[in-house]
Amino acid sequence: MPLLEDGRLRPDDWTSIEDDAPLPDGPAIISLDRLRAEAAALAGRNAPLGVAVAPETQPEEIAPFLDRLALVAVRMPKPKDGRAFTQARSLREHHGFTGEIRATGHIIPDHYAMLLRCGVTTVEVPEGTDPATWTRSRDAIRVGYQAAQGADRPLSLLRRKLELA
Amino acid sequence: MNALTYPPHARTYRYDEIDREFLQERIAEFRGQIERRLAGELTEDEFKPLRLMNGLYLQLHAYMLRVAIPYGLLNSAQLRQLGRIARRWDRGFGHFTTRQNIQFNWTKLEDVPAMLEALAEVDMHAIQTSGNCIRNTTTDEYAGATPDEVVDPRVYAEILRQWSTLHPEFTWLPRKFKIAITGSPNDRVAAQVHDVGVLAKRNERGEVGFEIHAGGGLGRTPIIARKLRDWVPEAEFLAYMEAVLRVYNALGQRENIYKARIKILVRDLGDEFTQMVEREYERMPRDRYRLDPEIVAAIGAHFAPPPFASLEDQALHADPEFRQWASASVRAHRQPGYASVTISLKPIGGIPGDASADQMEAVADLAERHSFGEIRVTHVQNLVLPHVRQEDLYALWGGLRAAGLATPNIGLISDIIACPGMDYCALATARSIPIAQRISERFASLDRQHDIGECFINISGCINACGHHHVAHIGILGVDKRGEEVYQVTLGGSATNDAAIGELIGPAFSYDTIVDAVETLITTYIAHRVPGERFIDTYRRVGVTPFKDALYAPA
Repeated sequence: MPLLEDGRLRPDDWTSIEDDAPLPDGPAIISLDRLRAEAAALAGRNAPLGVAVAPETQPEEIAPFLDRLALVAVRMPKPKDGRAFTQARSLREHHGFTGEIRATGHIIPDHYAMLLRCGVTTVEVPEGTDPATWTRSRDAIRVGYQAAQGADRPLSLLRRKLELA
Repeated sequence: MNALTYPPHARTYRYDEIDREFLQERIAEFRGQIERRLAGELTEDEFKPLRLMNGLYLQLHAYMLRVAIPYGLLNSAQLRQLGRIARRWDRGFGHFTTRQNIQFNWTKLEDVPAMLEALAEVDMHAIQTSGNCIRNTTTDEYAGATPDEVVDPRVYAEILRQWSTLHPEFTWLPRKFKIAITGSPNDRVAAQVHDVGVLAKRNERGEVGFEIHAGGGLGRTPIIARKLRDWVPEAEFLAYMEAVLRVYNALGQRENIYKARIKILVRDLGDEFTQMVEREYERMPRDRYRLDPEIVAAIGAHFAPPPFASLEDQALHADPEFRQWASASVRAHRQPGYASVTISLKPIGGIPGDASADQMEAVADLAERHSFGEIRVTHVQNLVLPHVRQEDLYALWGGLRAAGLATPNIGLISDIIACPGMDYCALATARSIPIAQRISERFASLDRQHDIGECFINISGCINACGHHHVAHIGILGVDKRGEEVYQVTLGGSATNDAAIGELIGPAFSYDTIVDAVETLITTYIAHRVPGERFIDTYRRVGVTPFKDALYAPA
């Protein structure tokens, strides 16, 4: 499936690998179980490694592996299930993760701005997606009332209001 | 109409250009979402949460638009506009809710964009009045007026409003999330039955801090909240709130809608929940979430005291009818010569919380004349004029009488909270409004009501408990039993400092006999009370047995 990054579609150069399939030489996304089980062997791997985490996974569980991960994929099983927002924010804020955070699952354009504000970098979207719908949603509301990942400063709007006064 | 026409001294939060820009963008976004739904780009399942977060709810007969009244504060221009909306796009009525909001029960989908525009003209909206997000924060309707206030809760309620508005992390929670804040040691906001209840207080150095309770709630599983912390310093208020919400968003149940509120998580985890919040709070980058004193001061400036005149307290007018009204409706004010006035939206035989367009306009006029143009909505579905000169009370009473708004029953047995019930709500399994109307008619004699004294009756039309029956002195829950509406009775509930969940007294009553049952409870109370005792006091002293015996004795 294509990826949306900075409002543009791009091909996905990562491959999701089943637990019992051999790892390719290129960028590979594996499960947390496999990451745990093969941690020692994977330490010597040169190609980029990513992990796909379930909505119920706590970021602490992958914290020991983050320094060798280039990507963490979080998942929204339903549009209403917002656990991925806290996972992403926690990876950035508590664990200092600077790699790609990819949102997968049942995501709608209306999530996009909030995902970005929580530290997500890419969104997996269906074939045939019109990126214009997503950028329109992203840019629909430019005012944010609270601190966001990547925002200029803490408590952004409250601070801006103070400067305005 | 715009902010320029606002009464100059009404202390509602004044929008600036950024707030207005935000609101316009939000309306445009929702219009776009409706268009995408109509074009088939969004499925109904995808659209529904977006619609709910914009306040649009599908009821039994029509759409309902629930409009946010932040912490129950309105100025007269806003109330007048609500009246105009009621007249133009509803059936001439609005319904004030227990979340201090207002709903229009007969909304047409195609009118919604125009209604939102009309609201935006007076800096109002319907954002986050429904859906699994942080809802309107409620507070003390006497804030800034009551003598027992230690901290002005409006300042922090507004900060919570801004912080929770389209919060990027907490807009897709497991379930709805309701916060109440009080700045008085006497809890008038039902803090202990909220998802988070905040008690603002001061330490010995006069600094502001917050006592935080979490996991209270009513619904199918009524639970009194757990105290998480005795003191969170002002600067860390939002950091701590973030920590609570993060633990809930990560761990709250999402499979079963009836177990998805934070109260279930807090109940199941117990002290571990507190520890998890503390751990999250400890490791947060605090600078990022620090609430600077300058920000608090800038928000606080919106709620500065209005220019009170230098007056002295004075005796009430001698008119006995006026005095009866005043004894129920007039409340002490911290400023000498002033009083707060509660306006009953519970006329005998009426629908609790309903106000006509004419009444809204009348209250707006009276507020301008007598209360700096400021109005509050209470969580028991009445209105308050917070700052009235005592010398104006008699004239105000006359104005309220002319508008049919002078029922002297505040805090009395006919001051009933009732959910919309089966007359409006798709979830309800029984009628609640007609029960409220019949009880109020049964106890129509105001002399008798005043003799009975303070007594809270709350009525819910299904186990979701929107009528807060669990925390009433006499709670009534309508349920469906094999196709028949029956009404269970609970006794001894309270939503104040001594918060308690009412006890189910016995088998349910029919639609026809429930009012007789209430009457029996009251005559039993009258027979057992000692001077000065309210219904709840007598109940606590003598216990359930006399009431049970009276209700279920063989005829």
